[in-house]
Amino acid sequence: MANPKLWGLKKSPWVFHVAAASCNNCDIEILDLITPHWDIERFGIVLVGSPRHADALLVTGVLNRKSLPRVLRVYEQTPKPCLVIGIGTCTCHTHMFERSYNVVGPYNKYLPVDVYIPGCPPKPEAMIMGVVKALKRL
Amino acid sequence: MDIVRILFSYIIFPGFIFSAIVGLFLTWIDRKVTARIHWRVGPPWFQPYADFLKLLLKETIIPEGSSKTLFLLGPLLGIISMSILAVMLFSMNFNPTSSFVGDVIVIVYLLALPPIGIIIGGSSSRNTLASVGASREMTQYFAYELPFLISLVIIILKAGGSIKFGEIVLAQQAQGPFLYSISGVIAAVVILLCIQAKLSFVPFDSPEAEQEIMCGPYIEYSGVALAIFKLARAMMLFLLPLFLISLLWGGFADWWAIPKFLLIIVLIVLIKNTNPRLRIDQALKSFWIGLGMLSIIGLVLAFYGL
Repeated sequence: MANPKLWGLKKSPWVFHVAAASCNNCDIEILDLITPHWDIERFGIVLVGSPRHADALLVTGVLNRKSLPRVLRVYEQTPKPCLVIGIGTCTCHTHMFERSYNVVGPYNKYLPVDVYIPGCPPKPEAMIMGVVKALKRL
Repeated sequence: MDIVRILFSYIIFPGFIFSAIVGLFLTWIDRKVTARIHWRVGPPWFQPYADFLKLLLKETIIPEGSSKTLFLLGPLLGIISMSILAVMLFSMNFNPTSSFVGDVIVIVYLLALPPIGIIIGGSSSRNTLASVGASREMTQYFAYELPFLISLVIIILKAGGSIKFGEIVLAQQAQGPFLYSISGVIAAVVILLCIQAKLSFVPFDSPEAEQEIMCGPYIEYSGVALAIFKLARAMMLFLLPLFLISLLWGGFADWWAIPKFLLIIVLIVLIKNTNPRLRIDQALKSFWIGLGMLSIIGLVLAFYGL
């Protein structure tokens, strides 16, 4: 409670889900997080529909030529301070699409990613732990 | 001293700050009850305050090409009108014989201001989904206003033709709450559903349907402006049930008002969680034909003293 800005951000991170051409596996696992079994609203995390309301961007999928400008635009539209959380192995590097003609490379070339959560798809527990680690780093 | 007292009543108690704090707490009750209905745990009690604090300290983005004045005026209209409404409701219940505590006409205009603010904000934010939301908000405002006004006329008839708030409360203290009669029950049902629509809760949440138009008019708002919109909504959640209690259920000057108030809040949340969303044309039809006819029947019954 020493720093009210940080306290507010840690206690209510609203999340916007940027599906940058993923295979939908990670997206389905993200939706698992808001089901009664895991219920991340306990920690004040809410899935919002507009990047203007968001404090954290959940990016999934490999960046390609089509999705890169969109992801960058969503990141620019998000009010700062905002976290970027990469979900899935695709965001850590280019995964199995490394030699593809369309892939432009890993996220850290373009965006300041705060935490990577590997897995294909990662388990919901792993995602919660990743978000906790990202918030602790603040 | 008088001006200090007036400023105190508008800004601190029972005006802006008091109703904001209680209203934010009520949004926690809303979220917690919703979570328990879903068999979830739900957020901790300080959650709305944390959300509000975080939004206050975030960056506020004004979209390119939008009207800056109107974009920032939109959120303010809601909290201003709700602060005035709070002062009126408290003075009509605790001091009903004072010279002017407002009347029904004033309250109809005060309750029109938050939707006008939402419409102004939505249409000035230069976003397709926001303008769809604003146009739906406008349609819905015209839809629920008709049965709402007719049921206010029922209350006026039962109070012996007086539109002053003090006299409505005094009439209820003299002859018992208006709710305990057939036309009173009809008026209460109609006003409860109108409150649901004023708060944009399900089944009347098509103006800001999260799954189709992403919060509608609020889509471009961020930071302080969004916080003020949320605050105005929270204050409405506090004041509209109080309005219903004081016009129909005998006022809230005694301790019985607290269980009545909690009952109405939980009823609103239960309606919100057990109904599907109506399309905007279905909402219009149900308000004008269904509830409109119901409130006209109530008006006829009230005319014959039932």
